[in-house]
Amino acid sequence: MMRKLIFIFLIIGISLNAFYFFCYAEDVSSAELINNARQYDGKVVIYKGEVIGDIMARKEFVWINVNDGINAIGIWSKKDLVKDILYTGKYKSKGDIIEIKGVFHRACLEHGGDLDIHIDELRKITSGMVIRERLDIAKRNQAFVLLGILGLALTLSQLKKEKHK
Amino acid sequence: MLDISKYMILRPCVSDIKNISYYLGKIIIGLGLVMIVPIVIGLGFREINPALDFLISLAITLLIGIILTRLCRTGEDLDWMQGMIVVSLSWLVAMVLAALPLYLSGHWKSYMDACFDTMSGFTTTGLTLVQDLDHLSYTHNLWRHLIPFIGGQGIAIVVLSLFVKGTSGAFRIYVGEARDEKLVPNVINTARFIWLISGVYLVLGTLILGIVGMSIGIKPLNAFFQGACIFMAGFDTAGFAPQSQNILYYHSFLFEAVTIVIMIFGTLNFNLHYQLWFGNRKEIWKNIETRTFFISVILLFFITAVGLNELGVYPKAIVLFRKGFFQLISGHTTTGYMTVYARQFITEWGHLAMTGLICAMALGGCACSTAGGIKMLRIGIFIKALKQDIKKIILPEKAVVSQMFHHIKDVFLEDKQVRSALLITLVYLGLYMLGAIIGTWFGYPFLDSLFESTSAAANTGLSCGITDAGMPAVLKLTYIFQMWVGRLEFMSVFVLIGFFIAEIKGR
Repeated sequence: MMRKLIFIFLIIGISLNAFYFFCYAEDVSSAELINNARQYDGKVVIYKGEVIGDIMARKEFVWINVNDGINAIGIWSKKDLVKDILYTGKYKSKGDIIEIKGVFHRACLEHGGDLDIHIDELRKITSGMVIRERLDIAKRNQAFVLLGILGLALTLSQLKKEKHK
Repeated sequence: MLDISKYMILRPCVSDIKNISYYLGKIIIGLGLVMIVPIVIGLGFREINPALDFLISLAITLLIGIILTRLCRTGEDLDWMQGMIVVSLSWLVAMVLAALPLYLSGHWKSYMDACFDTMSGFTTTGLTLVQDLDHLSYTHNLWRHLIPFIGGQGIAIVVLSLFVKGTSGAFRIYVGEARDEKLVPNVINTARFIWLISGVYLVLGTLILGIVGMSIGIKPLNAFFQGACIFMAGFDTAGFAPQSQNILYYHSFLFEAVTIVIMIFGTLNFNLHYQLWFGNRKEIWKNIETRTFFISVILLFFITAVGLNELGVYPKAIVLFRKGFFQLISGHTTTGYMTVYARQFITEWGHLAMTGLICAMALGGCACSTAGGIKMLRIGIFIKALKQDIKKIILPEKAVVSQMFHHIKDVFLEDKQVRSALLITLVYLGLYMLGAIIGTWFGYPFLDSLFESTSAAANTGLSCGITDAGMPAVLKLTYIFQMWVGRLEFMSVFVLIGFFIAEIKGR
C-alpha cells in the first residue's frame, strides 16, 4: 500500500513538474517569438541557437546575440553565466550552441523597448570551433588564368598605343 | 497634314554607341580598381578565399572595361543623350559586375539575389537578400558597405571625377545622376568636394562610432571596422549593417543616438554642407529644405506616435520615443536602419504608425544628397506655391503676388519650378503604387506591399518582411527596377528607354 502511494505521488510530482515546465518555459524559435511577441511577453521561454558576434560587457552584465538560423535575438545575462562561452560565430569561427532559459520581453522597459530575453540559466550544448580556411584551388586557378588574360590584354593594348604614336 | 512625330525619331548612329561604350568602359575600369580595396583588406585579415573572389571579379571587370575602351576609343565629349544613357547603363552594368564577388562568396542564393543587393547598395536603399550575414567575411562585408559609399556620390561621376581631368560631358553625367546643384562652378571640382566632405566625415564618424563601440563592449578591431561600415551605410543613407540584427545588435542608446546624427547629416543637401563648412551656419535655419524636413519630422512623428500609443506597443513614453523616433528618422532620411524586427511593423506597429512611416519614406530627404524619395525641396516648393495661390485669392485681383523661398540664396518662385516638382512627384507616386500593386498581385496585403514598395522606390531599405530570398522573382525584379529608377529620378532611364525605341523604330 505504502509503495503504491509513493508511486502515485511520484507520478503526480513528475506530471506537475512537467506541467509547470511546459506552462512557464516553452521551447520556441526566434520566428515564433517575433511573430507572436505579445503572446510570449513576460513568459519564461527556452531558446536555442548559436552565439554570434561580440560578447558585450555592461558592468556586471553582458549582452550576447543568439541566432537560431532564422533571426538573432539579444540575450541579457549576468557575466558569470556566460563564462563558458568560448567561441562566437563569425567568418572564421563557429559559435557555441547554447540553450538558455529566461524571461522574454516583447518591448523591454529596462532596455529601451528592445525585444530580448533576460536569462536565468544557460547551458552549452555544443562547443564552437575555429574554422580553418582551406584554399579553394578552383578559385585560385580561375584567378591566375583571368589575371594572365588581363595581363595579356593590357600588354597588347599598350603595344597598340605605342604603335599609334 | 505632315505627321512630325514620325520624323522626330532618329536612329542612334555608330558614333553614339561607340562614345557611350567608351565612357561606360572607363566607369567599369574605375569600378574594377575600387575592388583593390577589399582585396587589401582581405589579405590584411588573412581571408584568402574572399580575396580570391575579388581577384576574379577584378580581372573580369577590368577586362570588360579595357575591351570597351580600346575598341570604342573616341576623342569626343558626351552630348546630353549620350551622358544620360551612360548614367543609366552604368548603374545596371555596375550592379551586375559588383555582384560577382558577392555571389562567389556563397552567401547569396542566386546571382539575381546578389544583383538585388548590389543595386540596393549602389542606390543607397539597404534592402538585402544575404544569407547568414553573421558569418560573412570582413572582405565581403566591407564591399557591401563600400558600394553605397560609391553609389551615394554617384557611380559615374565618382569615376569620372577621379580619372578624368576635365570634361563638359561630366556635367551631363552629374545631372543624369539626379544632381543639378553645383557647389563650385566646375562640376568635377564639385564632385571632388563631395568626396572631400564624405572622406572627412568618414574618418570622424568611424572614430566616434569606434569609440562608442568599444565603450559598449565590442573589441577594438571589430568596433572600428563596424564603425566604418555603419558610417558608410549611414551617411550614404543606405542602411546596411555588418550584423543581421542591424542596429538592434548593439543594444545601446548611445550608439543609436550617434547613428541618428549620422543619418541626418547624410540626408542634408551637399550644398548645405558646403555652406556650413565655410561658416554660413545661419543657412541651416533659413533653408527651405531643412525647415520642411524638421516640420515634416515633427508631424509624421506625431502620427507614428499616436498610432503606437493607441495600440499600446510601447508602454512607456520614453521607450516609445526611442523606438518610434529612431525608425521615423531612419525612414525619413531614407536610410533604413532598424532597431525592431521587420515583422514587428506588421504584427505590432499597426496601420497608423506604418502609414506615418510610409509617408516619411515617400517624402524622403534633401535634394543633392544621398537620400531618396520625393525630396524636401519639392515639398517646400509645393507649400510655397499653395501659399501663393491662397494669397492670390485673398488679395485684390490687381495685386501682383510674388513668392520667394530661400535655398542657399533667395529665389523667386516660378511656375516652371512648381510644374517640374509636381511632375517628378507624380511619377514617384506612380512608382510607389506600381510596386504596391505587383506586391498585392502576389498575395501580400496592400499596406505591407505599399510599405515595401515605397521603401524600394524611395531608396529607404526599411522592410516589413516581404523582402526575402524566397519572394517571387518578378517582385525582386520590380524592386530592382524601382530602386534604379527612384535613385536616378527617372530622366536618364526615360532617355535610355527612348534610345532603345529609337534604335528599333528610328530612321
